[in-house]
Amino acid sequence: MVDKDISEKKAKYLQEQHLVDFIVPIISIIAGLIVGAIFMLIIGAEPIKAYIVLWNSSFGSLRGFGEMLVNTVPLIFTGLAVAFGFKIGLFNIGGDGQFLVSYLAAAYIGYMFQLPMYIHLPFALIAGMIAGGIWGGIAGYLKAKLGIHEVITTIMFNYIALYLVGYLAGGPLKAEGLLPATPKIFDTAKLPRFVPTMRIHYGIFLALAVAVLIYYILWKTTFGYEVRATGQNPDAAQFGGINVARNMVLAMFISGALAGLAGTTQALGLEYRAYQPFGFVGYGFTGIAVALVGKGHPGGVVLGALLFGVLSRGAMMMQSMVGVPKEVIEIIQAIIIMFIASEYIFKYLARKWRERKGGVADAS
Amino acid sequence: MAAGNNLAVEMKGITKRFPGVIANDKVDFELEKGEIHALLGENGAGKTTLMNCLYGFLNADEGEIFINNKKVEVTDPNVAISHGIGMVHQHFMLVPPFTVTENIVLGKEPTKNNMIDYKTANQNVRDISKQYGLNVEPTAKVQDISVGMQQRVEILKALYRGADILILDEPTAVLTPQEVKELVKIMESLTDEGKSIIFITHKLKEVKSIADRVTVIRSGKLIDTVKTDTVTTNDLANMMVGREVILEVEKKEANPGEVVLEVEDLYAKNERDLMALNGTSFSVRRGEILGIAGVDGNGQTELTEVLSGLRKKEKGTIKFKGREITKPQTKRLFEEGISHIPEDRQKRGLIMEFKLYENLILGRHDRKPYASGINLNNKKIKEEARRLIEDFDIRTPSETVQAKSLSGGNQQKLIIAREFDRKPDLLIAAQPTRGIDVGAIEYIHNSLITQRDNNKAILLISLELDEILSLSDRVAVIYEGKIVDILDIGDATEEKLGLMMAGAESEEEPEGGGQVG
Repeated sequence: MVDKDISEKKAKYLQEQHLVDFIVPIISIIAGLIVGAIFMLIIGAEPIKAYIVLWNSSFGSLRGFGEMLVNTVPLIFTGLAVAFGFKIGLFNIGGDGQFLVSYLAAAYIGYMFQLPMYIHLPFALIAGMIAGGIWGGIAGYLKAKLGIHEVITTIMFNYIALYLVGYLAGGPLKAEGLLPATPKIFDTAKLPRFVPTMRIHYGIFLALAVAVLIYYILWKTTFGYEVRATGQNPDAAQFGGINVARNMVLAMFISGALAGLAGTTQALGLEYRAYQPFGFVGYGFTGIAVALVGKGHPGGVVLGALLFGVLSRGAMMMQSMVGVPKEVIEIIQAIIIMFIASEYIFKYLARKWRERKGGVADAS
Repeated sequence: MAAGNNLAVEMKGITKRFPGVIANDKVDFELEKGEIHALLGENGAGKTTLMNCLYGFLNADEGEIFINNKKVEVTDPNVAISHGIGMVHQHFMLVPPFTVTENIVLGKEPTKNNMIDYKTANQNVRDISKQYGLNVEPTAKVQDISVGMQQRVEILKALYRGADILILDEPTAVLTPQEVKELVKIMESLTDEGKSIIFITHKLKEVKSIADRVTVIRSGKLIDTVKTDTVTTNDLANMMVGREVILEVEKKEANPGEVVLEVEDLYAKNERDLMALNGTSFSVRRGEILGIAGVDGNGQTELTEVLSGLRKKEKGTIKFKGREITKPQTKRLFEEGISHIPEDRQKRGLIMEFKLYENLILGRHDRKPYASGINLNNKKIKEEARRLIEDFDIRTPSETVQAKSLSGGNQQKLIIAREFDRKPDLLIAAQPTRGIDVGAIEYIHNSLITQRDNNKAILLISLELDEILSLSDRVAVIYEGKIVDILDIGDATEEKLGLMMAGAESEEEPEGGGQVG
């Protein structure tokens, strides 16, 4: 009976859920901007001016818009990677490691082979995906077969990737010369750019297409059904004859491949080679935030990635144009994530508010 | 017993609204001092809501609460506790690795020199335990004692905090018949000592045998409060459901055909790596219901799990439709024609966050017509879902709501719809009516009989002896992982089965309780 009452109440909150899914991120963004403004006032900067710069940096010019999208592309991929992991109940925080191995693998295929573009580019893309997929899949395998927690393994695999890629790009695969990087990839492996003078490349279309594909897989295929069932209730999934272990490995492979696409497009669309990494770029971790903002939905992830793309683009411009340190943007990002993560508080407040109001309204 | 001065609790005109639902509509409730008062109603009738208002988990929108004739604003459970109210929930709130005493004194520990004084604590617990005949060992760890004992620990916890008014939320749901008897004794000794007890239930027989008075609630409204010796169980059922309920299951003579499932010398281990099935053997034929009776924890769970491919067998053979299944795999078994109603619908049976139509395809989601290739055929799935909702009378606004928004009985119907619709040869029904209301029980019992009459083999595993007796054609009694004996329904009496369930073969005496590790 206790269960029943709770489930009844839950049903009521569910009606609020969809509203909350939209309202919480928006309130969170506004709250983040307000707190950011307070910080700016404290350090003597002008928040309104700064926010105008923030807006204009992405939407004031075509170039700015393009640069913002350049930031957005990898975040869509890593956001999707985390979101996909969430769906099967796994927390892939190894996006940075998967990014790096794919980055190197794609660059390697890019400079090692000379092939026609219609073979070379897909080859490099797929190689990058597989590298990231294996990196994630190993964590999935260890989880499914040995019960080792994926958070531990994916973090450790981040470091393995960092030093492995560092060693290879700075050693055996290093190009002649001073630059600690692999040789340049051939043109046939490059993701084309829209305009030669701008850095934004076709990776943005790839990212959007992949987001649609992930949506399709999750909600329109039997595999997606199994992934979601396993994520929600592994016991019931198993009872329904679903091979939970196999799906975990497969889902982590896909998650890794998605994060890998971030590294792959970085190599093939932007840098045209793999540099020896100094440290983690952080796309994997920002991907967690993107997935949270996007509520684990591919469409939400795209919007979340855009938001973080705008903020990181604006951070640089605010620093150079109005002297607001870019750390302020990091504060804003942190506030947004904090608010979204504390969604429960919103729901609690909404419920209280409704209960008070409902007492009168429902009497009819 | 002059009115007004002998009431432990008086609730007047309690109204509690949730968005879109009135859970309690001007409900009056009175608890006299020293009485056992049953609160009867179907799932979702609002009995727990009413008690949650009394205990302070919820605040009533309207109405007044008097405790010992004093008006009290029960804003939260601490207020209720300070007025001597204690609540024992259906799901215990105990710390398993702690001892009985540690659990009881938690938050209210007696101290000596800033250290917990376990000696005094143990003594206190022992004293209270003795006073009310609870017979609990204070130094035992909660994880090592039986469910019945754990319930007593919960009662002790309330008593230790000075409760005079006890609310027991479906206390018998988790108990064996023997444990129920002992609980009744405890309740009686509590009322002898001047305590008052409210117990929430939807089991009619218990109301008659345990309570002095009963308050019936239906759809949030008070139906009546009556003395239990002035009504029959049929009267109570009518009050509760609002229509005539047939408590006896009507069925024709069974007409069993060939053997469908044959289990021989089956061994399997439980979670703790101990042998739970010790050479179980039985067979089920087409057109019959074989009931497996037994006290909880005698291998029933393991048996159903092995038969549905969720647990490895150690030894033994399982033959289905004449062929041996060497490695039972869930998916294969489904395809061979075994359906399974799991004993825990929320854990195994349903994905609570999934919508109804998604739940209805679990286990056949990758087969036609629900899928073509790798794609789900969502249109067809929803169509089929609407048909099943209609056919199985599942009460829901639509097929697109989440399973968790349904009542327990309707959740169970959802599982039944899915499993019956597979058109199985063998149906394993484990606790098919646990924790659901009379109306739904009636429906499910009749459906099982219909399946039997359609020449299906049915293996019914239930802890409710009544259910076993009214549905089965043959009854097997399981004890410590072995089938003690299989009786034809004509030879099976409650007494005989009770003896066998306690592990006694005919010559032993029934005493010694139903305590099985």
